Amino acid sequence: MNVHVTGDIGARTLAIVSDLKGLEGPLLPILHEIQAEFGYVPQECLPVIAAELNLSRAEVHGVVTFYHDYRDHPAGRHVLKLCRAEACQSMGGDEIAERVKSLLGIDFHQTTLDGAVTLEPIYCLGLCSCAPAAMLDGEVHGRVDADLARELVAEARR
Amino acid sequence: MSLVPEIDYGTPASRAEKMVTLTIDGNEITVPEGTSIMRASMEAGIKVPKLCATDMVDAFGSCRLCLVEIEGRNGTPASCTTPVAPGLVVHTQTGRLKDIRKGVMELYISDHPLDCLTCAANGDCELQDMAGAVGLRDVRYGYEGDNHVKARNSGEINAKWMPKDESNPYFTYDPSKCIVCSRCVRACEEVQGTFALTIEGRGFGSRVSPGMHEHFVDSECVSCGACVQACPTATLTEKSVIDIGQPEHSVVTTCAYCGVGCSFKAEMRGEELVRMVPWKDGQANRGHSCVKGRFAYGYSTHKDRILNPMIREKISDPWREVTWDEAYAHVAAEFRRIQYQYGRDSIGGITSSRCTNEETYLVQKLIRAGFGNNNVDTCARVCHSPTGYGLGQTFGTSAGTQNFDSVEHTDVVIVIGANPTDGHPVFASRLKKRLRQGAKLIVIDPRRTELVSSPHIKASYHLPLKPGTNVAVVTALAHVIVTEGLYDERFIRERCDWSEFEDWAAFVAEPRHSPEAIEQFTGVDPETLRGAARLFATGGNGSIYYGLGVTEHSQGSTTVIAIANLAMATGNIGREGVGVNPLRGQNNVQGSCDMGSFPHELPGYRHISDDATREIFEKLWGVKLNNEPGLRIPNMLDAAVEGTFKGLYIQGEDILQSDPDTKHVSAGLAAMECVVVQDLFLNETANYAHVFLPGSTFLEKDGTFTNAERRINRVRRVMTPKNGYADWEVTQNLAQAMGLNWNYRHPSEIMDEIAATTPSFALVSYDYLEKMGSVQWPCNEKSPQGSPIMHINGFVRGKGKFIRTEYVATDEKTGPRFPLLLTTGRVLSQYNVGAQTRRTENVVWHEEDRLEIHPHDAENRGIRDGDWVRLASRAGETTLRALVTDRVATGVVYTTFHHPTTQANVITTDFSDWATNCPEYKVTAVQISPSNGPSDWQIEYDELARRSRRIAGKLEAAE
Repeated sequence: MNVHVTGDIGARTLAIVSDLKGLEGPLLPILHEIQAEFGYVPQECLPVIAAELNLSRAEVHGVVTFYHDYRDHPAGRHVLKLCRAEACQSMGGDEIAERVKSLLGIDFHQTTLDGAVTLEPIYCLGLCSCAPAAMLDGEVHGRVDADLARELVAEARR
Repeated sequence: MSLVPEIDYGTPASRAEKMVTLTIDGNEITVPEGTSIMRASMEAGIKVPKLCATDMVDAFGSCRLCLVEIEGRNGTPASCTTPVAPGLVVHTQTGRLKDIRKGVMELYISDHPLDCLTCAANGDCELQDMAGAVGLRDVRYGYEGDNHVKARNSGEINAKWMPKDESNPYFTYDPSKCIVCSRCVRACEEVQGTFALTIEGRGFGSRVSPGMHEHFVDSECVSCGACVQACPTATLTEKSVIDIGQPEHSVVTTCAYCGVGCSFKAEMRGEELVRMVPWKDGQANRGHSCVKGRFAYGYSTHKDRILNPMIREKISDPWREVTWDEAYAHVAAEFRRIQYQYGRDSIGGITSSRCTNEETYLVQKLIRAGFGNNNVDTCARVCHSPTGYGLGQTFGTSAGTQNFDSVEHTDVVIVIGANPTDGHPVFASRLKKRLRQGAKLIVIDPRRTELVSSPHIKASYHLPLKPGTNVAVVTALAHVIVTEGLYDERFIRERCDWSEFEDWAAFVAEPRHSPEAIEQFTGVDPETLRGAARLFATGGNGSIYYGLGVTEHSQGSTTVIAIANLAMATGNIGREGVGVNPLRGQNNVQGSCDMGSFPHELPGYRHISDDATREIFEKLWGVKLNNEPGLRIPNMLDAAVEGTFKGLYIQGEDILQSDPDTKHVSAGLAAMECVVVQDLFLNETANYAHVFLPGSTFLEKDGTFTNAERRINRVRRVMTPKNGYADWEVTQNLAQAMGLNWNYRHPSEIMDEIAATTPSFALVSYDYLEKMGSVQWPCNEKSPQGSPIMHINGFVRGKGKFIRTEYVATDEKTGPRFPLLLTTGRVLSQYNVGAQTRRTENVVWHEEDRLEIHPHDAENRGIRDGDWVRLASRAGETTLRALVTDRVATGVVYTTFHHPTTQANVITTDFSDWATNCPEYKVTAVQISPSNGPSDWQIEYDELARRSRRIAGKLEAAE
């Protein structure tokens, strides 16, 4: 679930970093936690993380931008990801994608106007044997057909 | 003349001793184990095509152009990441490799603009070279697809295109030309150690990003230029190259900023300087540079430079331009008149730490032989004179014990009273590199400097002491080492006087020197101090680097002695990776001291009262030398105020701005009848001068500078002096006007005279320097190669001397009226009093001096960040803007002294080092209060400065 909370981003970032900085290779876990906390990785967090981990702002920025999963702005309340990799494409993924787009009335990387759903492409969910695959809020669904697509959209719309 | 060639071997040299033999393209090659195949090939003269490799950074293996084939191995490994192995048979050019390379180049070029003819890198572009090397003739993919090159793709805005970033004053970043080889990112990380750059995004979206997708000037970038140098295309290019074009010849010379003494290639087009590029063979900097040396040379052609000699009767008159001959005759007549009227000792001179050894030597010779007294001093008086005294007493030489390369072998470093990332940036980069490899760091400094904590750097211990308590803290470190039995008995018995050690050990072991006992007035946590002492004594090779935070105190000399004691007690002298290393402030402050600039010393640190030494010079110069030491700078000023000292020749120093207690300095200067200033600009001291002799820059003369590691580096003339004469010529002409028979035709002849009279320089000559590149003194029959490391088999003075170091609190104390302690320092982008750097684009980074104050102290006084504050001490007051930061501890405030309007030295007192008179800049009790604007002194002084810079016949510049 992508819950949007406002508040003192710096202080909360600091708390998250203090909790996790003892880990070996703490940057990714910290960024995951930040995204879980805010729904995205606010730009203001980066200098705080950098200073606490003795990294440069550039380094943290490089890591954050490398991973598509880290958002630079909040997503809709639900995130629907459709696999666009080879196996899924060969099993009718393109068709499903077009269908979902028209059901939601948005393109990839967009969020419905009511803020309910963000639609994203993803390159391989590792579910090739059940292609085409999709993921709604972290839960994977295989063998997506027109019906399942409608169901997923309906669920996301709620 | 042509460009000085530099070979890029592609990967760094291996330090291994074991040698490996392999065959590359039919040639048998033997290289150290761990060398890359790429480097081994280049050493044999075989160029393997490459884009992402350069020998300043580790191999990366991303460009896929340097692939080779190895017999018996599958595939085509990258030659940069594949180390040599015995018996390998390598082919660097085969049909298969040709096809692969061509294919790779096609992909690169398909996303690169084809504007080579109008590109700033034309003639210096590795991408262009490689396209040629692989025989690229066509790009099958066309140029129509996705790209980063065009602002618009068939009318549509291209979101992948990014405009040029021209925010940095010295170089541009043009993302459209980037091939994402990561050389800039790696140079920033590995060479400079700032980590300001990264690759953002991934795949086709990857690009170089300063900071978090910021402009260069807003990012963490320190503008050292390492990325620009590493860039194989025109993506990062010096603006000067864009403006002027490619250089056609280059000359190796030495930077004239700090005491690191970096070697640069001055790349020229005719007499126009195109750019300064750090020279890889430079043994102090090893191919690295900082923003000052690399870019901040614009002052040499600044409009403020004075090019004609000038005279005035009174300092209230406007200046009158005169011919050189008139100026010399006037000075000679005035000095002779003053000596006739007030006595031989009524005049003197100040040598410059900015000028060459040869020029300094001539000025002191003029004073000793021409003026007939020993009233010569130098700005080292106000910086490292305690180093000379302290190390001379304990070790027997007045200089640092190591070369900069030594830092690559150190295991524990103490940095005390120094801020190398700002003051000595190239050394700091080398130190940081070693720290990232695992060496440990102890910082002793009232401020949390960048070395305490910055990307990938974390000091193991930071001892944030109260300013003025160095002796107590260093003695307490010794207390822990002695009482816990961590000293190196074998070393001490072998090389030092054991009974002196025992006396010293008994002294430091007294409970009053324990960390717990001194905490009350030093503010240093005893456990931290104990931890630091244990680490230093037991952590392996221990080295100590220190700066003006040690010397510029009333107990400066005592602290230097305490540091020397610490190094001897732990056996950290006489080999690589250890030692006591003063970080010298100015390019030639070591040299100016070596050249006999002090009133009591002839060249080579030989006392003026020594008959044998005097005789050498008397014979050569044909005069009788006075055997009594002359006046030091503060004594000259005192004597001037008293009315017995009337004339002063100052070469390249701005004592009004740099010396303590400005009001006293100005009173002294105002009381003189003939003040001669030789400088590039009408500096602050020139406000009180009667004669101004235009100076020349380091680009305009031949000579040598001696850096902090005693390295004698050549300075080479690359352009005609704009003022007509190099500084040594001006001094010589002045000497001739005073009736001395001097006929040096070239600075090399002056160096020959120095070598003939000074044992530690005996083998130094310009021919020898040409051959060796540079040498570290002593350079004589005993050590013909020079002496990178001193005291190897024993101390120069015989036995190392332990001396008791009693802490005596300075007389400058805080109280109810002045409750805070002011300490001073520098920033990276500005240099010293700023005469040069303020006249360059470096002001982008530091346009004014700010007062750093802790948030608590600021809040108590109702001061917010950026407010104007009044800074008052017992000596005077000034105003500047506040910078609220927790870099300083409560009770301590800090400022820089780069701008004359700030006049930080109006505040500093005239307390000074007990042994050498080095002023106590680093401790002044002050009070801070909110303010509306400049103090009366600042207003008066601005007016005086404006009036005294008038030149008859010239309109005042409208500002």
